[in-house]
Amino acid sequence: MIATADQIFVLLKHWLIGFLPVGLQGVAGVLLSVVAIIAVFPTLFALAVWMERKGLARMQNRIGPNRVGPFGLLQPIADAIKSLTKEDIVPLRADTAVHFMAPVVLTVVVFMGIAVLPMGRNMTLVSMDAGLLFFFAMGASSELAVFMAGWSSRNKYSLLGAMRGVAQMISYEVPLLMSSVAVVMITGSLSLDKVVAAQNQYTWGLPHWYIFTPWGLAAFLMYATAATAETNRSPFDLPEGESELVAGYFTEYSGFKWALFFLGEYVGMLSISGLGTTLFLGGWSAPFAFLGWVPSWFWFFSKVLMSIAVFIWIRGTLPRLRQDQLMNFAWKFVIPFTLLDLLVAAIWRFMGDGWARWIVCSAILLIAYALMCGVGMYRKHFGLRRYRYAE
Amino acid sequence: MSFVFYLIAALTVAGGLAAILFKNTVHCALAVTVAFAGQALMFLALDAQFAGFAQILVYVGAVAILIVFAILLTRNSETPKDGVYSKNWFVGLVIAAGVFAVLGWAVLGSVRVLPGPGGAPTATPAVTVLDIGNALMGRYVLPLEIVALLLTAALIGAVIVAMHEKERAK
Repeated sequence: MIATADQIFVLLKHWLIGFLPVGLQGVAGVLLSVVAIIAVFPTLFALAVWMERKGLARMQNRIGPNRVGPFGLLQPIADAIKSLTKEDIVPLRADTAVHFMAPVVLTVVVFMGIAVLPMGRNMTLVSMDAGLLFFFAMGASSELAVFMAGWSSRNKYSLLGAMRGVAQMISYEVPLLMSSVAVVMITGSLSLDKVVAAQNQYTWGLPHWYIFTPWGLAAFLMYATAATAETNRSPFDLPEGESELVAGYFTEYSGFKWALFFLGEYVGMLSISGLGTTLFLGGWSAPFAFLGWVPSWFWFFSKVLMSIAVFIWIRGTLPRLRQDQLMNFAWKFVIPFTLLDLLVAAIWRFMGDGWARWIVCSAILLIAYALMCGVGMYRKHFGLRRYRYAE
Repeated sequence: MSFVFYLIAALTVAGGLAAILFKNTVHCALAVTVAFAGQALMFLALDAQFAGFAQILVYVGAVAILIVFAILLTRNSETPKDGVYSKNWFVGLVIAAGVFAVLGWAVLGSVRVLPGPGGAPTATPAVTVLDIGNALMGRYVLPLEIVALLLTAALIGAVIVAMHEKERAK
């Protein structure tokens, strides 16, 4: 009964393709999974849009959408109808072919990244040996779509937004990959299924998630920072700075193409949260051993939605970083710290089991963090506030 | 297997031809990105997963962006008024043919397993990422370190070039 609830989607798929002849069953199985992903993730996107508007509104002491359905739950549907029926304006001097292809490329690439995420027990669409590398390859391709959008609009502000966006995404890819490399080192495989299987063990009822280890916590924090920058979310959203660059690289897009960019950004957030969940938060494994009866896909999607809630929370709280502050932060703080984290993960692995490695690894990370913060703050002359009064 | 190969080959060759024949330079850069993606698909069709995904990550994700940045920062991307073909096209053809001959000789000389006369491939050893990792850390560690040193030198050089431009602007 419990196993049935856990595997209900897999069993449903097998029952449905059982109606087809044997030759077609492989293709039909893959097609069915693809249709399921294309149905589920835009629904999650609608939920994330509603969460964002309501969440940001409450944090800014206003109410948010409350007209369209109970608590404004049908607001995303109203938004979808609006974007579908708006006029599609293409600037006269814009490069029509590239202008058209940019949102298409972004959407395709973002959905392909979801294919390797293990969304439940036995619920990975494509179980690849080099699954993590595939995900990052798709993430790198989305930068090209950003550039295509900004350049083809023949608009100074779009091009500026696109250049900033690409520079930021390239800079933050290095910490994103390096913090995942620490996980790969400890697990010993690039396959995401094996990463989840390695975390699906329990000691005294507590799980072996990587976030609960010193190197894992540091790597998770850096992964979260880099993921916020990769998806151009505040506080790293200068490329689409709403108060500076109109809308950055997608200024000249209206109607459905803008909706595709919006979809691409949010599904990108969902998929990078999904990867963070898989690598650090244990994927589909339950938080405590006695909760193992709850279906695995429930844990995966709740963790992803909680990560989205944290993204929205950070957006409503922190001010935006300036472009040079953002780049300095990436190259001068986060990347050296990821390299140190790799070293600490290696020390963790080779010290063997026991309590000593917790103390050594935590000490190294905390001292390094304090040193880097101290040096940074000294050079910027942080200190007590100095008051200067007019004479 | 053949049909997939011809399809991917058509995509790659079309991308390469478009990169030469288009007039707008940024369009050429995007067409060469399609050719890179076609090469990655070829690697994947040959079951070399790591090479295929690394090709996408490095070429499409970084080299293509580098090319478009270089185009944007060094010339205006308007279509040049006079033609894009140079006068010394014959010399270019000879050099391209020479490079192709060298690459073809290197590839043909290193193929150890060829498909049988019936078209059925003989058993090729599956190379996993683990094997690549072991080889890079074991037998090929010196090329790995040299490449790392080269990349560091390139990075430092890029920073120095960018810094000098800022000083001159002052």
